[in-house]
Amino acid sequence: MSQQHLSPLRVPLVTEPRTLGQLTEEICAPMERAPTWKWWAAFAIAVSVLGTGAGIVAYQVGTGIGVWGLNKTIGWAFDITNFVFWVGIGHAGTLISAILFLFRQKWRTSINRAAEAMTLFAVMCAALFPVIHMGRPWLAFWVLPYPNTRGSLWVNFRSPLLWDVFAISTYFTVSAVFWYVGLIPDLATVRDRLKAGVKKAVFKVLSLGWTGSHRTWSRYETVYLLLAGLATPLVLSVHTIVSMDFATSVIPGWHTTIFPPYFVAGAVFSGFAMVLTLMIITRVVLGYEHLITLRHLENMTKVIIVTGGLVSLAYATEFFIAWYSGNPYERFAFMNRAFGPYAWAYWIMVTCNVVSPHLFWFKKIRTSPAAIFALSLVINVGMWFERFVIIVTSLHRDFLPSSWSMYTPTMVEVGTFIGTFGLFFTLFLLFVRVLPIISIGEVKSVLGFARSPHEHAEAPPLAPARDALAEPSLPRLNPPLAIATRKDVPV
Amino acid sequence: MSTPVLIGYFEHEAQVLDATRAVREAGHDLRDVYTPYAVHGLDDAMGLKPSRLTWVCFGAGLLGCTLALSLQIYTSVVSWPLNVGGKPFNSFPAFIPVTFELTVLFAALSTVAAFLVRARLFPGNKRQTLPRVTDDRFAIVIAPRQSPESLEAAEDLLRRHGAVATDLREVAP
Repeated sequence: MSQQHLSPLRVPLVTEPRTLGQLTEEICAPMERAPTWKWWAAFAIAVSVLGTGAGIVAYQVGTGIGVWGLNKTIGWAFDITNFVFWVGIGHAGTLISAILFLFRQKWRTSINRAAEAMTLFAVMCAALFPVIHMGRPWLAFWVLPYPNTRGSLWVNFRSPLLWDVFAISTYFTVSAVFWYVGLIPDLATVRDRLKAGVKKAVFKVLSLGWTGSHRTWSRYETVYLLLAGLATPLVLSVHTIVSMDFATSVIPGWHTTIFPPYFVAGAVFSGFAMVLTLMIITRVVLGYEHLITLRHLENMTKVIIVTGGLVSLAYATEFFIAWYSGNPYERFAFMNRAFGPYAWAYWIMVTCNVVSPHLFWFKKIRTSPAAIFALSLVINVGMWFERFVIIVTSLHRDFLPSSWSMYTPTMVEVGTFIGTFGLFFTLFLLFVRVLPIISIGEVKSVLGFARSPHEHAEAPPLAPARDALAEPSLPRLNPPLAIATRKDVPV
Repeated sequence: MSTPVLIGYFEHEAQVLDATRAVREAGHDLRDVYTPYAVHGLDDAMGLKPSRLTWVCFGAGLLGCTLALSLQIYTSVVSWPLNVGGKPFNSFPAFIPVTFELTVLFAALSTVAAFLVRARLFPGNKRQTLPRVTDDRFAIVIAPRQSPESLEAAEDLLRRHGAVATDLREVAP
């Protein structure tokens, strides 16, 4: 170790020197202190938005989806827009945890846990919309192929909507399992810090008796690699299949082969924007600036530049093909998008998704959390409008001018959408309080990255907080490690 | 019947790697190494073989693939053939997305289940953890031969490689 060569090109991933113990303390600290009034205020807002949303959903389920602004021409609008919006956001988590893992991007270690949690919550929000759109959500199980008394009438396996059911439910299940497997060692760390009580009992059950044995670690690493390998094509398949909901139809503006890669790029684009939105707040509030560093933010903005570029290219290609194909309906659909009654939505989309990511070429903007935060919101707005534009402008003027129509969302639709934000933030705020939001085990493994082995001796000697922990019984022990606790930083 | 085990505690990854190698070379019975995170290179040092869980993953994926295709062909061709837009009953290409999803689902869930079974991880587990090994310590557990000299030699070896503490414990075999 001492003869290890330190490359000057490598920058430490954790920007401040920390010992293993300090890291445990820091990451567990938010779970172990009482929430501040700020957390309670945020939580109260999130829960009341969620409650309002639940009320609105109950109303529309009780009344029927006639309370929506849909009509005979525009049969999909706000709900499917929101569905695609949330599913798209849900792509960043698995991308960070699986694809960046396969590419050995070690910087992912401090953001993957939170990003995966975000994925799960976003997919939950997404799944709500098709279920509500069914009108009779209590019959949602009809989408599953099970032997039934209707002669065994099976589901139609040729329908992309059914592929969606399988894609989304598989994605949710595998993401949840991937997330939980990643959590097991950290749950054990938390378990071993707790004093006997209900909380300890809960963590004891959840951590499944993890002991840190390397025989287990070795298998664990294999399983993690396998899951990453499985999740990588899975994450790409999900938005591909979502795009096929549109691409396999004959509607001009939907019927294009470019949709799968275009949707996947858009999903990653919006997902990274949402991860940035959440991480920029979290790192400041929890005092994790040395773990989720400016470099992390910068890397993510670079992903946004690339995926934003792909999305822009897709927009351009669509227009080119609309002209080049010589198909008058296709050409009309695109002229109508850009200059028709919904042109305002189209140009909001272009401004947010095509123009704004290019600001990230400037290093000053890439390294300013405030600017990144603002741009991440802009991109999320843009990506929401992208789905709105694709769905509504393609439907509202189709082949038959006599059935042309306009669409305006009703308060019920808007309320449902806002309600899902309530659900999302309620879950995220709870997550921040009850689980380690940074993967302790994984960050520990990169702690020594690009650091000389003697460096952690320089860590500030603060009050030792180790006394509560059981020590090995022989007396010839070194004095307990000096630990810098971050209990001074309130949640 | 219980056997005494010697536990050496370490503070640094590199010391554990060296000590593990030394313990094996000295011919002691290396029970396990406990670490707060996955230490790379320890597989080699402990002489662990690559896990066979990859085969479970492959087999389960194959099973999922087969079951998914069978289900779709049975329901669409055998049980209730339905003419949808003039497409053939066995619309094979249209069955691929669901087949892919179920392949991944079976492979992922089976791999994790096999891992939990093999590593004996389950709720209600009564296993004890060594102090601080899930936090900031590394521990090497050796079962030395039943002679005082052997014990002493093992302890000395651990100390020489930087063990900050050693401990002798009785554990169930």
